[in-house]
Amino acid sequence: MIDPIFIAEAALNGILLGGVMALLALGLNLIFGVLDIVWIAYVELVMLCMYLVYFLVTGYGWPIWLGGLASVAFGAVLGVAVHLLIISPLLNSAAINQFLATGGLLFFLQSFATFLWTTDHRTVRLNLPIIEVAGMFLSFARLIAFVVAILAMIGLYLFLRHTFIGTAIRAVSQDRDAMRLMGANPQRVYVVTSAVGGAMAGLAGALLIIQYSVHPYFGAAFGPLTFMICVLGGLGNMVGAVVAAVIMSEIISVGGVMMSTEMGYVIAFVLFIVMMFARPGGILAKRE
Amino acid sequence: MLELRGVTAGYGQFTALWGVSLRVSAGEAVAVVGPNGAGKTTLMRVISGLVSPREGDLTFEGQSLARLPAHEIVAHGIAHVPEGRRIFPMLTVADNLKMGAFLRSARRGYRDSLERVYTLFPALAERQKQRAGSLSGGEQQMLAIGRALMSRPKIILLDEPSMGLAPVMVLRLFDLIRRVREEGYTILVVEQNVRQILKLVDRAYLLEVGRIKMEGRADELSEQDFVRKAYVGL
Ligand SMILES: Nc1ncnc2c1ncn2[C@@H]1O[C@H](COP(=O)(O)OP(=O)(O)OP(=O)(O)O)[C@@H](O)[C@H]1O
Ligand SMILES: [Mg+2]
Repeated sequence: MIDPIFIAEAALNGILLGGVMALLALGLNLIFGVLDIVWIAYVELVMLCMYLVYFLVTGYGWPIWLGGLASVAFGAVLGVAVHLLIISPLLNSAAINQFLATGGLLFFLQSFATFLWTTDHRTVRLNLPIIEVAGMFLSFARLIAFVVAILAMIGLYLFLRHTFIGTAIRAVSQDRDAMRLMGANPQRVYVVTSAVGGAMAGLAGALLIIQYSVHPYFGAAFGPLTFMICVLGGLGNMVGAVVAAVIMSEIISVGGVMMSTEMGYVIAFVLFIVMMFARPGGILAKRE
Repeated sequence: MLELRGVTAGYGQFTALWGVSLRVSAGEAVAVVGPNGAGKTTLMRVISGLVSPREGDLTFEGQSLARLPAHEIVAHGIAHVPEGRRIFPMLTVADNLKMGAFLRSARRGYRDSLERVYTLFPALAERQKQRAGSLSGGEQQMLAIGRALMSRPKIILLDEPSMGLAPVMVLRLFDLIRRVREEGYTILVVEQNVRQILKLVDRAYLLEVGRIKMEGRADELSEQDFVRKAYVGL
């Protein structure tokens, strides 16, 4: 029998992981909600940002927070580049072409990263303490990542709700021509959306590199998980994505302690498949 | 103020407007009537830049707008209330109005504009926080007009504002349009309710299969067979 304290600790860790996963899912969901396109290579962008922070911090001695800011900016630039170079030329072509193009980008980035940086796992070592709460041990790095992720999500919410451009981002997906009649250039709104989505990938990268090591195939584990969370929450549904992120992270974290990490993933995937039959529109969708 | 000269426009191979000329002076209210498929909506879309003219010229206050994209034309002071209202159904009433003030020039006076729109349409003020999609047809049309006013335009293009409204609501709407007019806005309106719209405007044009077939002062036109002609095809 496993000591309940370990399960409680795993549950807490699940919530902490959920915060970062929610951030990833929200970034992907934002792009999908506005452009109707899934960036298959989203987590590969995160991977690039992780490398950036790694090199800035370990190679150039930047403080981690500054590396994180650079990562956010770099992510935004990557997001705009993906939009202008890959998505924009394909906006009016079949969904399968967009899928193949961003999927191609995924393999390109993986191979390119392998070529440049080999398959070595690289870790940023921060001497952050482990804190003990009621007999449970929590990594301070995870706690910080969680708090920053939550703050970023609140920031995103306020941005989308209260600014003109944020409201335009929500509006343009509902009626592109009507938005043009308001004086907004849809192309510009898309670029801003892609920059915000990319910046979130950059922030997620900075939050992940203080917990995990980075390697060219980092996306292989987190990518499918992120897509599952988005689909489970209902594609384009922001609240759903957060709920799904917490559920999935809990299963993986608690399942990992009770059985094994692999079993945690297996259960998560099985739940995903079952849910797809029970609630194809996402967990928060009303039943037909 | 607004002038179209020999405008030809269409969609792909199809031509919907054939050499249309039309003029609206500052302070005027002008109607365009005609049967279904005559090209009225296309005409409005050409003016607001959603469709670019193949031939002919379009000037507003002396400047040619024929080659400008829609999002730049609004900045010249032309607000288009499209056919079918085209509000953002998932946004709140307040957010819809906010989008009306998206233009940089309109953002500064955003609070004032909002105040004015709410005074003009008190029903919208009561429903500020409601999703626009949950409003009644009449309220949605008010919202669409209010949203257009938020950009602080010089001219408002209204495309069939009474479409899909119950008869009582149509009367109220025409009353509201009259009030918008009294606020000093120049109006170009497309309508199927010919008799009623002629009471509201100064001049009118009859459009038939892409060509202007008749034009004149509203009071003179009402006496001709204009009204009947406008219903051809209905
Ligand atoms: N997007 C489009 N693509 C191709 N043809 C179009 C398009 N929109 C309109 N048309 C055609 O152009 C012609 C004029 O249409 P338009 O919508 O301008 O007419 P309308 O006078 O506004 O009609 P209604 O009274 O039904 O609103 C019609 O024959 C229509 O079929
Ligand atoms: Mg029409």
